[in-house]
Amino acid sequence: MKYGRAILLGAMALAMLHQVFPEGGLTVPGTVTAGSAFSIQSSGSGGATLYITGMGHFLKRDVQLGQSTLFPAGSIYNAGHYLVVLTGTGATVSSAFDVVPASEPENLSFLARPSRLPVDLHNGITGALYVFDAYKNLITVPKPVLFQLSNPAGATEARTVMTRDGAAWTQMDSTSQQGMDKFVARVDDGISSTRIVGQIPGDPCGLKMAARESGGKIQLQTDPVRDCSGNAVPDGTIVTFTESDKGAQSTVDVPIKRGVAEAELPAHSGATISVASGVVLGNQIRWAR
Amino acid sequence: MNKGVVLAAVLSIVTVAFVVIGTIWPGPSALAYAGGQGVVHSTATPEAAVANLGSQIQSQAWSKAYASLANKGQFTQTEFVHDLTGFYPGLRTYATLDKFEVRPLHASDNEADVQLKLFWSTVVGISVSSRNLHMVRNGDHWQAKWPIEKEPVVPPQVIPVNYLRWDVIYRGPGDDWGAQDVEEPHVRIVDMHAVQRADGVVVLGELLNEDVVPAYVSVNATLQSKSQAAIATEGSFDKISHVLLPKQVTPFLIRFPDVSLSDVGSVRMTPFSTLIPASADPVIAIDDATLSPAPDAYLTGQLVNQSGQVVNVAHVLGTFYDKSGQVVWVADQYLDSALLPQTPAPFSIHIPEDLARRVSSERAVVASYIAGGPR
Repeated sequence: MKYGRAILLGAMALAMLHQVFPEGGLTVPGTVTAGSAFSIQSSGSGGATLYITGMGHFLKRDVQLGQSTLFPAGSIYNAGHYLVVLTGTGATVSSAFDVVPASEPENLSFLARPSRLPVDLHNGITGALYVFDAYKNLITVPKPVLFQLSNPAGATEARTVMTRDGAAWTQMDSTSQQGMDKFVARVDDGISSTRIVGQIPGDPCGLKMAARESGGKIQLQTDPVRDCSGNAVPDGTIVTFTESDKGAQSTVDVPIKRGVAEAELPAHSGATISVASGVVLGNQIRWAR
Repeated sequence: MNKGVVLAAVLSIVTVAFVVIGTIWPGPSALAYAGGQGVVHSTATPEAAVANLGSQIQSQAWSKAYASLANKGQFTQTEFVHDLTGFYPGLRTYATLDKFEVRPLHASDNEADVQLKLFWSTVVGISVSSRNLHMVRNGDHWQAKWPIEKEPVVPPQVIPVNYLRWDVIYRGPGDDWGAQDVEEPHVRIVDMHAVQRADGVVVLGELLNEDVVPAYVSVNATLQSKSQAAIATEGSFDKISHVLLPKQVTPFLIRFPDVSLSDVGSVRMTPFSTLIPASADPVIAIDDATLSPAPDAYLTGQLVNQSGQVVNVAHVLGTFYDKSGQVVWVADQYLDSALLPQTPAPFSIHIPEDLARRVSSERAVVASYIAGGPR
């Protein structure tokens, strides 16, 4: 905050000087690539002071007029417009140049949403990529970005999008197979960024249970619980068994463990037993023993 | 300035005077709480003796209460206290007796039966329990035979549990701004409608966790007038099961006191969900849940803790449906004592009479709390 104010005041002072004194005797490059070395040529003779200010930078050099002043790589790395002022015993002269991002992408910010979604969802996955150079300057020159979504079985969905104003985005479908998919964004066949997108099974499909008597109770067990694409519904998913008999009802919510749900309910002859998970109903059994 | 000094002096003198009066002539209830003599001193009648016992329980004068019992030789003072406050930590353990009622049932010259109804003040509201005391005459005073309910004993056994729980790792503070974080659970309101009750509007419905991870959930509702202006916003508070495992459904009920449904144009629902570490255990079954019809309508049944852990607080939420399957009411009950493994515990949920006549089916769920978290 303190430095920012100082830089701003310095820039304003230099700008005022720029208006007061005529321009001349200073040769600056039109554009400079961020982080690269560059030089500024002055004319005349004697000593002077060279100031460069803009975008969070403030440089001061004592220079000999008539010589070239070299700024090594890394001296200025924030893209933007810079003001150059040369002041000495004579008139103050000024000029300006632009620092542009390096053309080579070095950093990517890849936003992939969501990190978890059900299988078989059209345009369910969104990927947005921002391309930066080594100094975190947004590269606004259009670059081809390859978005690639691949599931553990090897199936791949790919799409190439050109960046616009430094960003590219796309939408992808989730596949019909559960698992941890790799979502990769690659720029210029070079640098890439990877996100993991979990594709989870949908609602149980064809939920079915079987019953047997065990020690005076009914032992209930579902078949392996799967969604409509054949993916195993994960352990921990709640399955509800309900037994209704002569106006009384017994209920138990049990988690699926090792692919199946098991429960024990009182054995009442003539009772009706049903199974459900979430809003999905399974089969019914009438217990008649 | 002078007025202020005079006022301060007057207030000080009056305060000291009240403290002296309260110390020299304390009120009966204050004396009882201070451990002095109870509110009732007489044991000349069965009712007075039971009232005396109630006062001693209220002031937690356990020694005096135990000493006054006719059958104290059958159990220890510790067993007597545990019978009242719970053998394991539960709602009753941290409760105080708010009030009690004494009701004579039967009396003869030397024996009597008296009902002692205890109104415990727990953290979730009033919990009522009652004991029928058999009174015996001993000279010129009466003594109660306390119907002790001894600590249930769980037979030594090994209960196999396939340990299943979810842990969560969130993104770190040093991660890039584009880095992913864990996705919040996806929940959905599967049923909702507003009804008019005598004390205001009630919004009730059901919430489903349609994700594969556990969720901590709550629901807010905003009533809007016909011009879309907000009338009031309320939350479900404890009328919901806050922890939802994957594909689990909870009912919810949100009260808007002093609001008329005729003023309501629409209801805006806002479900919240947060990913939390959770355990799939304990599994609690609801056995023999029965709807008793109006006018005195209740849903009664038994909870059976099928796991091997003691559940300190069990909260039963009943959802009641009409013939078309629409939710007509949501009611709940907290069990004020701990739920032991494999030990049935009864519950009873009251249903308002006017709604009970419309109830065709029900569904109950149990939310549980274990001190220190599931192990």
